[in-house]
Amino acid sequence: MVEIIKIEHKPPWLVILNRFSGNKMGIVGTVLILCLIFVAIFAPLLEPYSYKEQNVEMISEPPSFSHLLGTDDFGRDLLSRTIRGARISFVVGVLSVAISVLIGIVIGCIAGFYGGVVDLVLTTIADLTWSMPAILIALLFVAIIGAGLESVIVAIGLSYWAQYARLVRGQILSLKSAVFIEATKSMGASDYVILFKHLLPNSISPVIVAATIGIGNAIVLEATLGFLGMGAQPPTPSWGAMMSNGTAYLFIAPWMIIFPGLAMMITVLGFNLFGDALIDIMDVKNRESI
Amino acid sequence: MTANIRNFLDVKDLSVSFDIRGGLFLRSIGTIKAVDHISFSVNKGEILGVVGESGCGKSTVARLLLRLIKPDTGSVTFNDVDILKMTKKEIRLQRRHMQMVFQDPYSAMDPRYTIFRSLCEPFQIQGVKLKKEEIRKKVDDLLELVGLNSEHGFAYPHELSGGQKQRADIARALALSPQFIILDEPTAALDVSVQAQIIKLLEGIRERLNLTFLFISHDLSLVSYFCHRVIVMYLGRIVEVISADLIGESPYHPYTKALIESIFETVPGQKKQLSTLEGEVPSPFNIPPGCSFASRCNYAQAICRKQTPVLKKTPDEGQMACHFPLKSMN
Amino acid sequence: MSFLKVSDLKVEFQVDKKTITPIENISFEMNEGEVLGMVGETGSGKSLTAHAIIGLSSLVGGKIGGRILFDNQDLLMLSEKNMQSIRGSQIAFIPQNPMTSLDPVYKVGDQIVEGLYKHTKINKRKAKQQVIELMGSLRIPKPESVFQQYPHQLSGGLKQRIVIAMGLCNNPRLLIADEPTTALDVTVQAQIMRLFKEMALERGIGLFLITHDLGVIAQVCDKVVVMYAGNMVESGDIETVFNTPKHPYTKALLGCIPHLGMKQGTLSAIDGNVPSVGTYPSGCRYHPRCMHSFSPCQNNIPELMQIESGNRVACHLFQEKNDC
Repeated sequence: MVEIIKIEHKPPWLVILNRFSGNKMGIVGTVLILCLIFVAIFAPLLEPYSYKEQNVEMISEPPSFSHLLGTDDFGRDLLSRTIRGARISFVVGVLSVAISVLIGIVIGCIAGFYGGVVDLVLTTIADLTWSMPAILIALLFVAIIGAGLESVIVAIGLSYWAQYARLVRGQILSLKSAVFIEATKSMGASDYVILFKHLLPNSISPVIVAATIGIGNAIVLEATLGFLGMGAQPPTPSWGAMMSNGTAYLFIAPWMIIFPGLAMMITVLGFNLFGDALIDIMDVKNRESI
Repeated sequence: MTANIRNFLDVKDLSVSFDIRGGLFLRSIGTIKAVDHISFSVNKGEILGVVGESGCGKSTVARLLLRLIKPDTGSVTFNDVDILKMTKKEIRLQRRHMQMVFQDPYSAMDPRYTIFRSLCEPFQIQGVKLKKEEIRKKVDDLLELVGLNSEHGFAYPHELSGGQKQRADIARALALSPQFIILDEPTAALDVSVQAQIIKLLEGIRERLNLTFLFISHDLSLVSYFCHRVIVMYLGRIVEVISADLIGESPYHPYTKALIESIFETVPGQKKQLSTLEGEVPSPFNIPPGCSFASRCNYAQAICRKQTPVLKKTPDEGQMACHFPLKSMN
Repeated sequence: MSFLKVSDLKVEFQVDKKTITPIENISFEMNEGEVLGMVGETGSGKSLTAHAIIGLSSLVGGKIGGRILFDNQDLLMLSEKNMQSIRGSQIAFIPQNPMTSLDPVYKVGDQIVEGLYKHTKINKRKAKQQVIELMGSLRIPKPESVFQQYPHQLSGGLKQRIVIAMGLCNNPRLLIADEPTTALDVTVQAQIMRLFKEMALERGIGLFLITHDLGVIAQVCDKVVVMYAGNMVESGDIETVFNTPKHPYTKALLGCIPHLGMKQGTLSAIDGNVPSVGTYPSGCRYHPRCMHSFSPCQNNIPELMQIESGNRVACHLFQEKNDC
């Protein structure tokens, strides 16, 4: 007779949550991300002025009580534009990564699961995409589709999928020969069941971690494209576009570059801290205890 | 040992080779003959052991029987049907009859599924038409059968001990009420006291459910205790088939004898001299011609390195493949 | 003068604000040239004991109590620097898995020579010569060519012999081997164990062998220490402990092991599971699974005591008798 032990049931996500609460950097990152999300959602309520309202009398004013972050060369309130920029960065970051992850998962699954020639071809394509600078790919797409936020999202999404494909493929390759996969096969499971009910769910964790950091990268890339004039068109206040606009006024009204730059830095930092914490936690979870 | 008019499971001339590919363009750098034209049969209700060291092919045989790997030659006849010739659809149904318990309890279940969910899966995969409550009841019965309870069902694999995980694995193998279960080193990763628990569990289950087992292990003592008959394999070939009670006293093949001499008994000083077998299992890439054991055999002579010995029946109702067996064949 | 004497060894860790004691009350002695076996199942603390003696990093964050006397010198009192000079030269350690003990990017011969350099001033040619001789004595075939090979080119048995050579190259007086043959084929295991026994006899090395395999202990060792859940339950000569085991766990464990010629259905098992670290029961750690447990077992930790047959046992069954 086997002892009946009271087992505390902790589903894997709860274990992660518990471990996460001990990671200080991770909490900082989470807080920053939550701030971003909050600002992004409630932007219209938070901005003191409309982001596109021009005020000819207040051109390039330094920070003051009425305009906490100053104004830009059109007299628009920088604080409002920076807040609105959060929404744009968030949308661009999340959507473009979503596209990358989706493409990456599909290709990674096919390459990992079927192997052989299919794998070779797909991996080569992924490597080619990986070796091309994301900016070039993005520029190419913008040149074809035209400038604007939508093209930027698609362009970024199409530039970064290779790493997710690699991750998924790697996990699937190593799990394919795992005992529980053999067991499922020996029960008569179809390829579909094995791939979608077992291989894929177990491959998602590294993708989530990479995606988190990827959002930070996407935001930076959007800013770069915006800086080059490829991204959001005026009056849409993407942080990159704002910084681009502000370069001409670097010595006269530096706040036009500083504040959107600062906002971007803090946002990306938040995502990176969160992602790093996740990496630490995943690693701990896989290691055996004493 | 019960004699049957028709064999429960008949394996004839089974073999499989693996092409090992490597290098830049995945060139073939060698072939491993993992299983080399083996034939044996399993009687209904018996526990047949398969014993051998690394590279002998015993795990590969298990996977061939379950059609997880495709063989190069041979037939596997189960209840008068060659399962190697079945269509995909027939195979799926066939899987209900033959199940496997795996070596590594630590990865035998999807780590993201509770034990309960893993145990429901066989029913889902086979499309068994039962209501949710009925499946739930079946799973509870299975858990009880292996000495677990619903508490364990709600747990995740990482929350259970090795022995408990192995019990869950056995429960899963029993889910579809198979007739034949292959156990691939089911206790190798377990402590000896847990191994004893699992063996006793298997003894009980086999009697209760009238099952037939193929028990694969590297542990000759365990196999001789638990099984009725034993197959000894070396480098992909069967070298001896012998009844379990006769192993200790009178094996025919020198390799079987070497395995026996490698056993460390728990009675001190019983063996004045530890095993005299030198060398190691040769690389499977370069199996020399003739008898694959000749390079390490103390009794090998010239003919052993030229001519591969064939399996012959022994007077004790076993089989052996050796030019110079240790006992007379009359 | 004692060769190796461990007294009241104890290791403590702080985990999640709780103190856990994976091993406690470990006391045993060993003479030079003897083969001492430490046997136990998973979680018994045998590896941890070995690591405590050799002072390895697995104990980071833990507190070690008690004394480990080697040649009358308390190893626990030594500075890390002094320990380093002892480690590898006087006390050698052979860790569990030969596959991971060898660095894959260096030739095996060079790895052994590196061990030699750490403790001896010797020139390159002489070192290589010594190592090749050593490899030959460990029955490594064609040692000159094996010297030049990389770990992945060698079989499991050969790799293990290389790791043993690394342990022996400085002529240690004490060799601690942690499950040296677990990953090897049974016929190879037999060869390696025979090698160990011969080495201990020929070179007069004290061998401290850690394994879960009672059969290996019975054939190779002179003395044995039986561990359960971080405590010693029984110790003594091989013949005494194996022929007349006294502790219920030792008896039960011996009954779990199948041997040739055993009748079907006669294998016995121990109900329950080994308690995991941090969830040890009160009193005797074995009492929940013990067929003979009675009133003191739940509350009092039994002390290790010598009884007439020569064994030392930690069990209330025998303490009662002693009191009488």
